Amino acid sequence: MRTQQQTPSRTVPLYERPAALLDVPAHYCSGCGHGTVHRLVAEVLQELDIREKTIGIAPVGCAVLAYDYIDIDWSEAAHGRPPAVATGLKRVHPDKIVFTYQGDGDLASIGMAETLHCANRGENITTIFINNAIYGMTSGQMAPTTLVGQKTATTPLGRQPATEGHPIRMCELLNQLESPALLARVTITTPRRVRETKRFIKKAFRYQMQGVGFSMVEVLSPCPTYWHMSPIDSFRFIEDEMVRTFPLGVVRDVRNRDDAAD
Amino acid sequence: MRAKQAERVLVSGNEAAGEAALRAGCTFYAGYPITPQNRLTAYMAEHLPRRDGTFVQAESEVAAINMLYGASAGGARCMTSSSSPGISLKQEGISYLAGSELPAVIINVQRGGPGLGNIAPAQSDYFQATRGGGHGDYRTPVLAPATVQEFADLTYLAFDLADRYRNPVMVLSDGMIGQMMEAVAFDHLGPPAPPPKPWALTGEPGRKRNVIKSFQPVVEDMVEFHKRFLEKYARIEREEVRFELTGPQEAEVLLVAYGTSARVCRQVAERMAGDLPFGVALFRPITLWPFPAAALAHVAQGTRGILVVEMSAGQLVEDVRLAVEGACRVELLPSPGGAVPQAAEVAAKLRYLFGSQERKGTP
Repeated sequence: MRTQQQTPSRTVPLYERPAALLDVPAHYCSGCGHGTVHRLVAEVLQELDIREKTIGIAPVGCAVLAYDYIDIDWSEAAHGRPPAVATGLKRVHPDKIVFTYQGDGDLASIGMAETLHCANRGENITTIFINNAIYGMTSGQMAPTTLVGQKTATTPLGRQPATEGHPIRMCELLNQLESPALLARVTITTPRRVRETKRFIKKAFRYQMQGVGFSMVEVLSPCPTYWHMSPIDSFRFIEDEMVRTFPLGVVRDVRNRDDAAD
Repeated sequence: MRAKQAERVLVSGNEAAGEAALRAGCTFYAGYPITPQNRLTAYMAEHLPRRDGTFVQAESEVAAINMLYGASAGGARCMTSSSSPGISLKQEGISYLAGSELPAVIINVQRGGPGLGNIAPAQSDYFQATRGGGHGDYRTPVLAPATVQEFADLTYLAFDLADRYRNPVMVLSDGMIGQMMEAVAFDHLGPPAPPPKPWALTGEPGRKRNVIKSFQPVVEDMVEFHKRFLEKYARIEREEVRFELTGPQEAEVLLVAYGTSARVCRQVAERMAGDLPFGVALFRPITLWPFPAAALAHVAQGTRGILVVEMSAGQLVEDVRLAVEGACRVELLPSPGGAVPQAAEVAAKLRYLFGSQERKGTP
């Protein structure tokens, strides 16, 4: 029988808080996807050793306080304007790493023009796009990515294409442009998918480090509060419903190979 | 032997403002096409990259002002320019710049409004410029040039004021000053000396992180924020008031005008004075905010009255009335819709209003 205790020096931590992630309570609802993606971004910044040269642009929406959680230089942006703010910042600091972190209302509704033109200019920045098909911060209104038939505060009978149009697939839309380097849609419903999400976030930042151009990683993310579902059912909703409108996978990768990812 | 004159070049106001910005160390410009300021955007596109700066033709006025937000957050001296409808679109961004205490220079080459209006010179954005324009409690210093040389000088000054107070600064020009050509000296502008910006987002290793934001979800924090803002605005009001007074010391009647309408009034005060039965002086605010209220009140003492001449339906006149607080008569010659008043018109109005000692009422 083994009685001797392992000495601390031989302990190998399997899981710990990345140093870039601040040790503070988050304001996100239980089951929200933002916490997971924040952590992945923090891990990637650390693993690529770019934490001290990275500047984040926070959106207006649930992630408005992103700067409270990741320990880097941050700028606020008006609703929908992170791509424009990132353009100004990256152009005056081309050697730094600049990323935007935006939700669907910010990126695909009020900021659609900024998103399209930033991608079209091929700005060498990274965009993390949280698609949860709803406006969370303002209490559950229809988003540009709300599914057909999905009930929200402003579509009480469900989204009707005849009057509200269809959900907008941003990766596919941006894929019509010549300039983007990487457009990928991922989700965080299982450990395998979380790892895959991290792989693409890392790839997107690596592309920026290599000057390849504009990258966007779209993360299908749960909003249990305004989907009026349990966190588990929210994951099921993504797997069973959301991916039918928003297929997972790489929509554009100019290098078209996975070996650059890790 | 004649003293060596400063070299002067014949340029338009829009080009002069662009050159002054470059001499002030502007390294980032974003803009969107709109008449009558297009020559300024083109000047920046041509000259900024040659001087190691960045020019971006933005997809909209909204994007342009938010690009400035990013460039300014990064510590760069930056500028955008537009004309009235485009400046309306920038107001959200200007509010964010003010709320986040980011220096930036915004040039408005005013045209007729409201709506699409026309492309003739106008002064109808006075309220918008001097009252903040966007949402929330904030102020932006507003500089109003009356000559092409002054358009250059005030643009240069705007960069220094913006950095000194960490605040957006507006240069309020118009289609006349922007498009007319005059001989301008540039040699006295520069080299720029921007202050250190330890608050800027530079991704600097080793220092405590910087966060640029206007969001203050806790009311008490926002109140503290505003206390600091009020102190800053009070300091600007104390230290940055600029105006010009031309004409006889003992003038009976005062003209008050800025920009293009001040040029017209100067003509009246200087060249037509002999034709008028009373002495006329011109009080020209150069800073529209802070408004030279105390100076105007002092000058107005002992005069028979003031005629405000402006290319709008009557906006500057409200600040004039607030400044003199009823101490003398304040009359208005409005000229809205892109019309430039003629000197003869101003003289006729003066004669009508102040020609007889007895007349007191409004026509």
